[in-house]
Amino acid sequence: MAIELNHITKRFGETTALEDISVTFGENRIYGLLGRNGAGKTTLLGLITNRIFPTEGQVLVDGEPVRENDRALGRIFCMSEKDYYPDGMSIKDLFRWTRYFYPCFRQERAQALAKKFGLELKGKYKDLSTGYRSICKLILAMSSGADYLLFDEPVLGLDAHHRELFYRELLADYGDEPRTILLSTHLIDEVAGVVEQLVVLKKGRLQLDCPTDEALRMGYTVSGKAVDVDRYCQGRQVLGMEQIGGLKTASLYGERQEIPPELECSPLELQRLFVKLTGEETE
Amino acid sequence: MKLDFESEIPIYIQIAEALEDGVLSGGFPEETQVPSTTELSVAYKINPATVLKGMNLLVEEGVLYKRRGVGMFVQSGAESRIRAKRRQRFYESAVAGLLEEAAKLGISREEVVRLIQEGSIDNGH
Repeated sequence: MAIELNHITKRFGETTALEDISVTFGENRIYGLLGRNGAGKTTLLGLITNRIFPTEGQVLVDGEPVRENDRALGRIFCMSEKDYYPDGMSIKDLFRWTRYFYPCFRQERAQALAKKFGLELKGKYKDLSTGYRSICKLILAMSSGADYLLFDEPVLGLDAHHRELFYRELLADYGDEPRTILLSTHLIDEVAGVVEQLVVLKKGRLQLDCPTDEALRMGYTVSGKAVDVDRYCQGRQVLGMEQIGGLKTASLYGERQEIPPELECSPLELQRLFVKLTGEETE
Repeated sequence: MKLDFESEIPIYIQIAEALEDGVLSGGFPEETQVPSTTELSVAYKINPATVLKGMNLLVEEGVLYKRRGVGMFVQSGAESRIRAKRRQRFYESAVAGLLEEAAKLGISREEVVRLIQEGSIDNGH
């Protein structure tokens, strides 16, 4: 079981949103889909769920093309940042319709989650605050029983307490019943422990696809005299450079080997690693 | 315990050490069950695969053992095994590091010994 993207390119007129992306989201693992705004994360999720079509390439779900394939789509739930619900729909109807499209929908779980998050089920969806709209959609996703759960900016508008609750409930569900989960976010600090694999997009291209612990291990900084740092950096993947007076600090990505004694080596902070991997080239 | 994602120590090892600390403190006595991967995953907000990796490390080291269909248990003799390992590490990281730094600063062995004897755990900070 897997979602496979084979050489996906997506253009909107003159703009190339995604270029030649090949990536596989394997069975029962949690993925972090990371990238800055406009990197192509939402486009990628739209392609997986057949909301938009690739210009080139193919998306396969369990080996079948996802295009116009209701059976495959019924196994995927995508919690979008945007709302696609009809105006004036009540929250109860929203639950009812989700149950209609997802036969494995777990009503009891949905109600338990609504209680934990303090979501009032009476009333209309459009009258909810931004935070509670996100919560409502999260609850629908987590209760859907779908094999593939995709979340686009899941914690948007949520306060710290609700964000914690979301990650914990997601992990509790996952522990009981593993499934494939994609968390698309720019908040790497929050998901670093939760996601097993990182898929990083940068300007529509695949920048990184590797286990999270490997990415954490590979990011590091060296600092020392400018001349020594420059010598060390030759032939290595440099993510960024900073200089204060004669002291230079380089951020690198790769295996740390043979660090000369005159250089100080330390791990690269997660957020900085992310900024460096997704940001503009400094050189 | 708080996990440190920016530490040089991988998360699964931090988890293993937290479990070891639990054994040392008596929180997880020998021959009793430790929390499940899901419980630890939820408590620490980390992927269960990471928890499992930490637990498997402790199985290899004879601290935990698996009872099929039940869960992970603390091996008898685990506490002394952990102490032996930590003692070895205490020497390697703390004592060897101390002597190395002292050598760099030109502090003699006698002086290091005197400093240790004068110092006590309480006035260390």
